[in-house]
Amino acid sequence: MKNYITVIGLEVHAELKTKTKAFCSCSTEFGAEPNTHVCPVCLGMPGALPVLNKRVVEFAIRAGLALNCDIQKFNKMDRKNYFYPDLAKNYQISQWDEPICLGGHIDIRVNGEKKRIGITRIHMEEDAGKLVHSGLTISTSDYSAVDYNRAGVPLIEIVSEPDMRSAAEARAYMEQLKAILEYTDVCDCKMQEGSLRCDANISVMPEGATEFGTRAEIKNLNSFRALERAIEYEVERQIEIVEDGGHVVQETRTWDDANGVTLSMRSKEEAHDYRYFPEPDLVPVNLDQAWIDEIKATLPELPSARKERLLAEDVPEDNADIIVASKKVADYFDAGTKATKNLKALSNWLIGDVAGFLNAEGIEIDDPEFRITPDHLGELVNLIDKGVLSSKLAKQVFAEMLKGNEAPEALVKKLGLEQVSDAGELGKLVDEVIAANPQSIADFKAGKKKALGFLVGQIMKATHGKANPGMVNKMLMEKLQ
Amino acid sequence: MKLYESTVHELHEQLQNKQLSSVELTKAVYDRIDEVEEKIGAYVTLDKENALAQAAKVDAMIAAGETIKPLAGIPGAIKDNISTKGLRTTCSSHILDNFIPVYDAHVIANLRKDETIFLGKTNMDEFAMGSTTETSYMKKTHNAWNLDCVPGGSSGGSAAAIAAGEAIWSLGSDTGGSIRQPASFNGVVGIKPTYGRVSRYGCVAFASSLDQIGPITRDVTDAAIVLNTICGVDAHDSTSLPVDVPDFTKALRQDVKGLRIGLPKEYFGEGINAKVKEQIMLAVEKYKELGAEIVEVSLPHTEYAVITYYIIAPAEASANLARYDGVRYGYRNKEAKSAPEMTKLSRTEGFGSEVKRRIMLGTYVLSSGYYDAYYKKAMQVRTLIRKDFDEVFRKVDVLLTPTSPVVAYPLDGKMDPLAIYMLDVTTIPVNMAGLPGISIPCGFADGMPVGLQLIGKALDEETLLRAAYTFEQATEFHKAVAPLGGNK
Amino acid sequence: MKVTEKDVKYIAALSRLEISEAEMPKFTEQFNQILNYADILQKVDTTGIEPTFSILPLYNVLREDVPQEGVAHEDALKNAPAVHNDGFKVPRVIE
Repeated sequence: MKNYITVIGLEVHAELKTKTKAFCSCSTEFGAEPNTHVCPVCLGMPGALPVLNKRVVEFAIRAGLALNCDIQKFNKMDRKNYFYPDLAKNYQISQWDEPICLGGHIDIRVNGEKKRIGITRIHMEEDAGKLVHSGLTISTSDYSAVDYNRAGVPLIEIVSEPDMRSAAEARAYMEQLKAILEYTDVCDCKMQEGSLRCDANISVMPEGATEFGTRAEIKNLNSFRALERAIEYEVERQIEIVEDGGHVVQETRTWDDANGVTLSMRSKEEAHDYRYFPEPDLVPVNLDQAWIDEIKATLPELPSARKERLLAEDVPEDNADIIVASKKVADYFDAGTKATKNLKALSNWLIGDVAGFLNAEGIEIDDPEFRITPDHLGELVNLIDKGVLSSKLAKQVFAEMLKGNEAPEALVKKLGLEQVSDAGELGKLVDEVIAANPQSIADFKAGKKKALGFLVGQIMKATHGKANPGMVNKMLMEKLQ
Repeated sequence: MKLYESTVHELHEQLQNKQLSSVELTKAVYDRIDEVEEKIGAYVTLDKENALAQAAKVDAMIAAGETIKPLAGIPGAIKDNISTKGLRTTCSSHILDNFIPVYDAHVIANLRKDETIFLGKTNMDEFAMGSTTETSYMKKTHNAWNLDCVPGGSSGGSAAAIAAGEAIWSLGSDTGGSIRQPASFNGVVGIKPTYGRVSRYGCVAFASSLDQIGPITRDVTDAAIVLNTICGVDAHDSTSLPVDVPDFTKALRQDVKGLRIGLPKEYFGEGINAKVKEQIMLAVEKYKELGAEIVEVSLPHTEYAVITYYIIAPAEASANLARYDGVRYGYRNKEAKSAPEMTKLSRTEGFGSEVKRRIMLGTYVLSSGYYDAYYKKAMQVRTLIRKDFDEVFRKVDVLLTPTSPVVAYPLDGKMDPLAIYMLDVTTIPVNMAGLPGISIPCGFADGMPVGLQLIGKALDEETLLRAAYTFEQATEFHKAVAPLGGNK
Repeated sequence: MKVTEKDVKYIAALSRLEISEAEMPKFTEQFNQILNYADILQKVDTTGIEPTFSILPLYNVLREDVPQEGVAHEDALKNAPAVHNDGFKVPRVIE
């Protein structure tokens, strides 16, 4: 059985966070009643004309700079022609051969290995409206209703080079891309809401082959998990076809999440001939370097730079990767560093207990349901470091902190959980426990190391867990030698 | 002289001096419409109630002592491809038969500010595709000089309305000659401004890089007055020029001394009807008499203009007309079981053959494999055509040509599409280069009006108006009244 | 012959149009007439000539990102052939 190489390229559409649409001044605010954020332009009424939103260009440049692209000074828009009810003019204003950005990259890290994924291009375009189907799916519906609120919302399309070789790499790329777009604040990146959409182009080729295999395009990937599963399924499907001596069909397939399979979308004989031509209702955009430089100066610290900073402060790399992947989490972490110098421990709490809670509740770190402030988390770390609180009991305090807005120090006092670290007090307990457990002493002296643990346990029990376990251990050892 | 035969500038004075009321005037024009509309067929929709209400409003303004704008209270007609809020706008197509726009075109908003009166919407070739107004789904329009002849197109309704006294002023649109040619066929004045002078917002798009709205009027002064109101940059139209609008009426001086008038030889060849040429040459003599300098020039790429146009315009149109799919407005085939079927049937049943032909031509020249040979090539030849004009305008101030190689010909002629397209050879190049052009009456051939075209430099409507005005005032052609008769 | 009836059918489909069987021959003939005439363009030397993407000496016509009122919901649907739940109703989207 041959070995196969998977080749993956991703096309990502990101909705830009502008206040108005790409070509008209209708609001882009999400959640409005159907067909209430519309005008002659985005409804494609007879005689209406597009006017380009300056902020769309600004955000596209911003994203391009953050993704290490070359910003193209001369820009024109083109019409991409096809018929579909959610496309008000039955053409989309997009960019064909002179996109705003060319050639960028994203660096990823999978299983400890670094890799650079190339970006071919980024271009500006407008979104289509939304179809609400009468049935459960598009194919079981007798009719649909079109809402054009979303029609004309600005998008950037980011096309990667086919550089990814596994589902894990694809996922890492998406995570990095999402983080970068969040940091530059050009997109709110909510995959579930559709403000960040991903299509995957997947093909397989036998090891040693010089040409890529035929690729299929997979749509309807609403989460990173769906992306991974779809890639895994599709790769297997394609390998099976090739092994059986067949040919992979170049087509568009949709990911059926419920059944875990990709399905062919009915392809028509007219493979899309989009008949691109320059948009005659718009004039070209000639960018000057001064504006590009202005925008560059406003870029925030990007995930990669942030990660470098965290690494320099002894945050373990795996932790750093997770933290910088989300701007909100990274900001929380930075705030926490004002309260404690032990960044390693802080990062562990963040990616461990905090993440655990957020995932269980299905909320984000800035949700009001998560009540622990960065300051308080930092304080908790400090209490453990100072020996006031044992790490085991800290978990209890953490659980209490989740319920209200109380500071950990106050909670420790309130719950009476201060660690006992007084040598005198502990010394007395150690003597008591030795006196009360002669058998254990004998066992220990006979070589049963476990007996020590039993004795430590007795002291912990007697102090309701508050005895400083390190000290107890040490003192017992001394006494027993 | 009948009220309906008057001009805007004459009537404005009478209105301001309270010698005439706007209601009286508007009623007189509607009476004229009642009298002759059955013969002419200029209108698709009339808006009498609103028009009279607006007339009453203007009369009240005058009574209150206000100074009114030149177009205030004076009834005009609007070509039916210009969006008028609340007033049916059909583009003379079945697919927009019952369409009521929910916004005004920029030019309409400007005209409303001047308190003018809209009589109704005029007939045209369907979606402005045609040169005779015969592709209209609504009705046939007849030439006021000979009812058995075409009024020209695609703004045939507006031009015929002016010639027949069914409106005092009007708006048309011009993509390849659709203002100038019907103006010449009806013995009236028509201007296509420089591309970008007049906002296209609300002008139902045919070919975006060629369309312009402009006036069709009884004389040059009226055209200048209308231009003053409709010109100007518009934030809704990215292709409208951010340039000042001069008072075009200030250009109306009788003075062509030393004006260098170029005669491009390619416009005076075999394809021009001999009698038409004769009238044009008489006009040239007139200009010489008046002190102009005549220069022979050449526009070498003229012979490629028609085909370049019939590649670029349909290409843009194929995309501009894609929106007519029965989804949001317009005609819908309600029996269709699927959206693709519905779109196909709605368009097939809603569009006429000329529109379908051009959409398909456009689709073809843009399609994969043909784009370079047709569309890209045409775009390159367009650059050459523009360069021809740039060259020539180094040596002359304006160009003079026949507006059309022929005079108005009989309705229901069975010409091949290509033969009809070829007759646009004298007007098309002006749109290709985005220059301003005006047609004024200059004589008759076989009893039908002959139009003279002047082409100017970009944004130089003033020289055009001056040259046109001078000729007009030195002749009587603008005073001729159409007989509304039949074939002789 | 530049295009056959089969080609015309394909272009029609691409344009979401249908030419009837009766109209096909004449339509195809006229179509060919025009395309044949277009051959004269091949005589023109366009080496190094930029296509006219825009006839205006205009660049950078950009709009500020400030929301404005569009059309009222009722106006948006005013000319709609069919409405469902405040949306434009269309029959099944897939054939």
